[in-house]
Amino acid sequence: MSVEVVSAEAAAPPLEIRGLCKWYGKFQALDGIDLTIAEGERLVICGPSGSGKSTLIRTVNALEGFQSGEIRVGGITLTREPASVEAIRRRVGMVFQSFNLFPHLTVLENCALPLRLVRGLSRAAADAQAMRYLEHVRIPEQAAKYPAQLSGGQQQRVAIARAVAMEPQMMLLDEPTSALDPEMVKEVLDTMVRLAADGMTMVVVTHEMGFAREFATRVIFMDRGKIVEDAPPEAFFSNPREDRTRAFLRQVLRGDGAL
Amino acid sequence: MHFADNIDYPPLLRRPVVFLPLLAILFVALLRADAAHWAMVQPLLGGLSLGGPGANAAVALGLTALIGGNVYLILGLKLRWQVYVVWIELALLLIVFFVSFDLSWEFIRRKLWLLVSRGLVTTLYISAISIVCASVLALAGAIAKLSSNGIAMGIANFYTSFFRGIPLLMQIYIIYLGLPQLGVVIDAVPAGIVALSLCYGAYMTEIFRGGIESVPVGQWEAARALGLKPRAIMTRVILPQAMRVIIPPTGNQFIAMLKDSSLVSVIGVWELMYLARTEGQTEFRHIEMMLTASMIYWVLSGTLELIQARIERHFGQAHVR
Repeated sequence: MSVEVVSAEAAAPPLEIRGLCKWYGKFQALDGIDLTIAEGERLVICGPSGSGKSTLIRTVNALEGFQSGEIRVGGITLTREPASVEAIRRRVGMVFQSFNLFPHLTVLENCALPLRLVRGLSRAAADAQAMRYLEHVRIPEQAAKYPAQLSGGQQQRVAIARAVAMEPQMMLLDEPTSALDPEMVKEVLDTMVRLAADGMTMVVVTHEMGFAREFATRVIFMDRGKIVEDAPPEAFFSNPREDRTRAFLRQVLRGDGAL
Repeated sequence: MHFADNIDYPPLLRRPVVFLPLLAILFVALLRADAAHWAMVQPLLGGLSLGGPGANAAVALGLTALIGGNVYLILGLKLRWQVYVVWIELALLLIVFFVSFDLSWEFIRRKLWLLVSRGLVTTLYISAISIVCASVLALAGAIAKLSSNGIAMGIANFYTSFFRGIPLLMQIYIIYLGLPQLGVVIDAVPAGIVALSLCYGAYMTEIFRGGIESVPVGQWEAARALGLKPRAIMTRVILPQAMRVIIPPTGNQFIAMLKDSSLVSVIGVWELMYLARTEGQTEFRHIEMMLTASMIYWVLSGTLELIQARIERHFGQAHVR
């Protein structure tokens, strides 16, 4: 790693996005996104399906490409060069809607394998570190089981532990509770709260509006590939400025006692 | 059944609309085939001399009743025992059928050791080396087909198309007799191994490709997001999961290859089939040697089936609940 990168890292925000545009064929998924996230910020992205929320966070660690604009993670510019993508993926942890645990590995191996392969830890060190993070998500007793033997909520907590064990500077969570049975949503949200208490910078796509209000330091609303509204949670939920935000909140909060 | 329902449908063979026509067909077939004169029926008749036009009909009726009654009795057993009894009965029928050829057991005993020590050993090592080479070729072919490298894709496509498209026998001739034209003189055994490897590698390329494609895209994404490099993603994440899909058809291929290795006898390799044929010729005891070789092939493929079952269990262990 070059000296410039290291010195830039100290000052640079965890994530900077400038004029980001992405098309799928003729369909424009992202339309000139500008977004800067500060250290320790907890950003919740909401919006109707197809608005580009997931696409946006998936471009950050290069799971999706983009056509124009710029993404910088901790001062490192995202290009298609292996060095750039690898450096950024080391700094960014990701949690998926469908968990995506490796079904052929035990819970402990799921967390320890990337530590060995990417961070170069020895087997013992990797196992110890993986175990520490499984304790952090309060699931150490399941370490020897396979993912298929766990409940959805437990699997998602393992997925969080697997990502956090890599000690990233930022976490991206793509609808982490959308695939869960209602009674398991809380354990995953609690895990995220515990992570936030450690000061982790987090970007969360979620439909859990009640949770967003409690958890977020900032909420953005996206529609048709654009950021429509960007506000602190209190202002966002009680006094949204944009009509589209109000219409969306009416839709998702109908019958929801959270507000 | 794989996913048993909770309804007890009446067994197919207990329904009169099924078993009455079946028994009728059986009876007519036995009648027309002149069952009374089959060698393997003779012991059942206990030396009774057969005369008159009604005798054949009586034998056919008796056999039909025997088979029908047997099926009826077996249907009353527990599932596991049904399978055992059917296996034993079919094996007995096979033995009676073979014995009716009037085999020379003495000749088989005399030649068995030669078939095993020369033929079986050659067959085994040709197959084993070819299996390993074919697997390597298949993995390379599958990765090439799924790559974004036009040259690799072109080579892999041409390879599978060519070697799946022409008969294995021709491939053996082309490699053994054709390569010397280019100045590459190759012995019969290596030529056979090369031909088997190339042919089965081509079939297995498609199996491996299908297996790799069966792994959900989320597995690739999770591995990439964690920062794993392409080779580690393939060997540590994708292939171990693809194995569950790859192994059953690959086991099939191995068993087929074991027997197709007999084709290399055409270029004079002293494997099991070649020895069975040549040894049989010396004393005009062809059937004895062919049957013996066949039984050896059967035992071998049965062993492979057991190994396959073990490997399937190994790669399936993550999926027990």
